[in-house]
Amino acid sequence: MSNVPGDLKYSSDHEWVRLQDDGSAVVGITDHAQGALGDLVFVEAPEVGSVVASGDAFGVVESVKAASDLLSPVGGEVLEVNSALDDTPEMVNTDPYGDGWLVRMQPSDASELDSLMDAAAYEQFLEDVD
Amino acid sequence: MRSTEGVRSGWFWPDLSGIRTEGRQNYDLPPFLLPIQEWKVMSDKTPLYDAQVALGARMVDFGGWEMPVNYGSQIEEHHAVRNDAGMFDVSHMTVLDLKGAATRSFLSRLLANDVAKLREPGKALYSCMLNGAGGVIDDLIVYYLAEDRFRMVVNAATREKDLAWIEEQATGKELTLTERSDLAMIAIQGPNARQKAAALLPAEQAESALALKPFSAAEVGELFVARTGYTGEDGWEILLPAELAADFWNRLNQAGVRPCGLGARDTLRLEAGMNLYGNDMDESTTPLESALSWTVALEPQERDFIGRSALEKNKADGVDRKLVGLILEGKGVLRAHQKVICAAGDGETTSGSFSPTLGCSIGMARVPVACGERCEVEIRGKLLPARVVKTTFVRNGEAVG
Repeated sequence: MSNVPGDLKYSSDHEWVRLQDDGSAVVGITDHAQGALGDLVFVEAPEVGSVVASGDAFGVVESVKAASDLLSPVGGEVLEVNSALDDTPEMVNTDPYGDGWLVRMQPSDASELDSLMDAAAYEQFLEDVD
Repeated sequence: MRSTEGVRSGWFWPDLSGIRTEGRQNYDLPPFLLPIQEWKVMSDKTPLYDAQVALGARMVDFGGWEMPVNYGSQIEEHHAVRNDAGMFDVSHMTVLDLKGAATRSFLSRLLANDVAKLREPGKALYSCMLNGAGGVIDDLIVYYLAEDRFRMVVNAATREKDLAWIEEQATGKELTLTERSDLAMIAIQGPNARQKAAALLPAEQAESALALKPFSAAEVGELFVARTGYTGEDGWEILLPAELAADFWNRLNQAGVRPCGLGARDTLRLEAGMNLYGNDMDESTTPLESALSWTVALEPQERDFIGRSALEKNKADGVDRKLVGLILEGKGVLRAHQKVICAAGDGETTSGSFSPTLGCSIGMARVPVACGERCEVEIRGKLLPARVVKTTFVRNGEAVG
């Protein structure tokens, strides 16, 4: 069973979003996603300062077996990327909700987060796709 | 997330070409990203299915078989085989026994490599089976058991066409073909694999199994033990009655042989420079274009094997493509079907992954014969530099070159 923390929002593309007190949003991939992808070996993050719309492909995660686009779960500006993943992409596997975070964004419309799933809905979503 | 590039069908993602929805057929989607009805097809299970699930196997559909892609970490499984001992369920592969006085002469015509090289019972030979145009129908290992008895192991994904082709060629010959679906097959690979497995056998059997030279096999009690593999490491491939397989598998696990999935099997074989049928060669390519010339026995000239005249013509006209190894410089991962640009023209990657042993991405590519030592590979619209090398990257745990 994969770990689905209660305090996060989730996209149907298996990304999670954590809204910070300063209004920014941290984005990563879920435990289910890292497990299904297998050992990550490369993360291609978006440029800091780039502006993306919700659903845009804004990065790539590559595991030993496959490459997957990262689709932005919210629209906004990329404030920061997790540069530690350049050398240790496996942190996405070992700590997908912590040190394995991918990008921090400034949502252009915070209400977009409301359209994402909460933990209960995402757990149900995982059951339905399994 | 959306999968953009993965390993093509024929490997651990099933061939979804017939059942994908519109707009998706350019992607190689891992099953977890697909709605269930798109990929769930009836799958066969090997005799080791339950034993593997009990050990935490993550199962995927592989050419109609439910097989483990990994048991958690593909990279750890890979290192286990390079440094210690790992095991793979390869029961999905097709085992075919050939019996009869005409068997050797039949194989002499069927195979591009020459079974005359098999002089001592137990010896094994790697060969391609070609069509009349010199294209590779499949690659296989043939074992010489007795003058009227040979055993072949061919790929799982090519089973139907292989059997049909072999039966067609055997028509009217004095031999019988028997598929051995009653047997399971376990590959035990790694520097400590033989010792760990031998410890589970009765002393006398262990002794004869350990005495096997590389690329030789013997019937040891109920087991057929071959010192062969698909990882570049020492080890055995063991055929045994299906009903004994799960118990043997569990005992191997208890003896410290780590269960490994098809994921590690792919990175291990790629590092070892071993071609994967359907990726690195198929019916549209000859062995001469697939770094497999060493497996084609053109001597003696009077041996008229299927595909010979086409290969001779191919050689006389000049082979214009070759299969090489690539080492990607910089960040990224080579995958099959990426465009390769070299001074002499364009080519295409046939396999690619991350090499856990080398810590960078490696691949195989079919390129113009005049391709030099460097090229560029197009990955998601960017051109990344790569070094052109021989296809063998790692052998017996050590980086080559």
